Amino acid sequence: MNIYSQITANKRKTWLIIILFVIFITTILFVYGKASGYGLEYAGIGLIFSGIMAFSSYYYSDKMILGMSNAKQIQEKDNPELFRTVENLCIGAGIPMPKVYIIEDSAINAFSTGRDLKHSVVCVTTGCLDRLNKVELEGVVAHELSHIRNYDIRLMAIVVILVGLVALLADFFMRSLWYGGAKRERSDRDNAQGIFLLIGIIFALLSPLIATLIQLSVSRKREFLADASGALLTRYPEGLASALEKIEIDTEPLEVANNATAHLYIANPFKGKIMGSWFSHLFDTHPPIEERIKILRSM
Amino acid sequence: MGLTLIIIVVLVVLVVWSTYNSLATGKVRVKEALSGIDVQLKRRIDLVPNLVETVKGYAKHEKEVFENVTKARASLMNADSTHEKAVSDNMLSGALKSLIAVSEAYPDLKASSNFMELQEELSDIEAKIAYARQFFNTNVSSYNTTLVNFPGSVIGNMFGFKEEEFFEATEEDKKPVKVAF
Repeated sequence: MNIYSQITANKRKTWLIIILFVIFITTILFVYGKASGYGLEYAGIGLIFSGIMAFSSYYYSDKMILGMSNAKQIQEKDNPELFRTVENLCIGAGIPMPKVYIIEDSAINAFSTGRDLKHSVVCVTTGCLDRLNKVELEGVVAHELSHIRNYDIRLMAIVVILVGLVALLADFFMRSLWYGGAKRERSDRDNAQGIFLLIGIIFALLSPLIATLIQLSVSRKREFLADASGALLTRYPEGLASALEKIEIDTEPLEVANNATAHLYIANPFKGKIMGSWFSHLFDTHPPIEERIKILRSM
Repeated sequence: MGLTLIIIVVLVVLVVWSTYNSLATGKVRVKEALSGIDVQLKRRIDLVPNLVETVKGYAKHEKEVFENVTKARASLMNADSTHEKAVSDNMLSGALKSLIAVSEAYPDLKASSNFMELQEELSDIEAKIAYARQFFNTNVSSYNTTLVNFPGSVIGNMFGFKEEEFFEATEEDKKPVKVAF
């Protein structure tokens, strides 16, 4: 697989997953509708709630994570090497320069966020600056800038809204059964309604889990895409591969990360989750590091 | 029958419209990327006199090197087409490398903080030029690909779109400039 086919494949997979997700939600609505008589009304209310909740976290995504992570903004004179690395890669990528932040932590990690190209942030740890060489740092920064350029933050925000919607729909449906608010269909349709009721309950129980798995799957594809886009930007995939190797053997967890922010980092900041069955890997926000290194080295 | 015809016509119009726009946008992006390169080239042109004067201060007699740099700089300032710019850019890069290499023979120059600062700045500008060139070439490649594929080739022909050239110097151009004394 070369760089270009990696990029095309991951973009295509993202859209496939999103379309399947939309079909999934439509099916749920259909079933809930048949079972309780309310379908689209739930969807409307659900979308509004979910949208409001997710929107503010998306809009202020840069300020929120910076606040939580104790990051400090730098200008060119504070760290010319890092600043120029970001600046030059932005020239190569054709994007405006994001704000640059540093986190004081010896773990090697980085993240980027921001609702659009003009309001973006890229952040690296002092661990990165101390322990990575020039080409490795470039690989990491290129990966983060690729997230910004590929509008991954916006994409994940949309996915989060959909996941929230699924959870709310399940909630509404179960409540409507509890409070007995279902519209009574004509009696000759009672059997059909009964079956839909059963399917509806199953969906209500499982759909939030399935939606979360879909979200994580999208997250992993976009990580692969950022790896490939970053490699195309630096024209040197070995840089990022080598940096990921250093991250892999480093057992130190990143202290400021928590569950809400973990998915934004270049590598899972909670160490020790590498072993596990296929099933447990479905819950990873990031693809396994060995696989990422392998793909980068085959470009 | 009438309805099918209308639908076909509408589809064709939509395809022509969107392809034309792709090509036109592609061309604008190429132009924008070229001016991006110009910005960085200008920064280097502006840096050169300072650098030359600093080196002259310690190594007055290295005439050939100074002449090469001045010639290359002038040629870049006068370059018009993308090809000319690429050739001159190569020439100036090469001449500047020789200029910096001169410092190896003059330890005072090498140690001067002024010189070291200018060297760092030059190195950063060269990196910026390299990335600007890469971005330009990416945009050219993208535009040319649309023009070469279907239906871009058909519509491109209809509206007179031509392939853009990459920012590159050929093997012939890479030969060093001879300076006669």
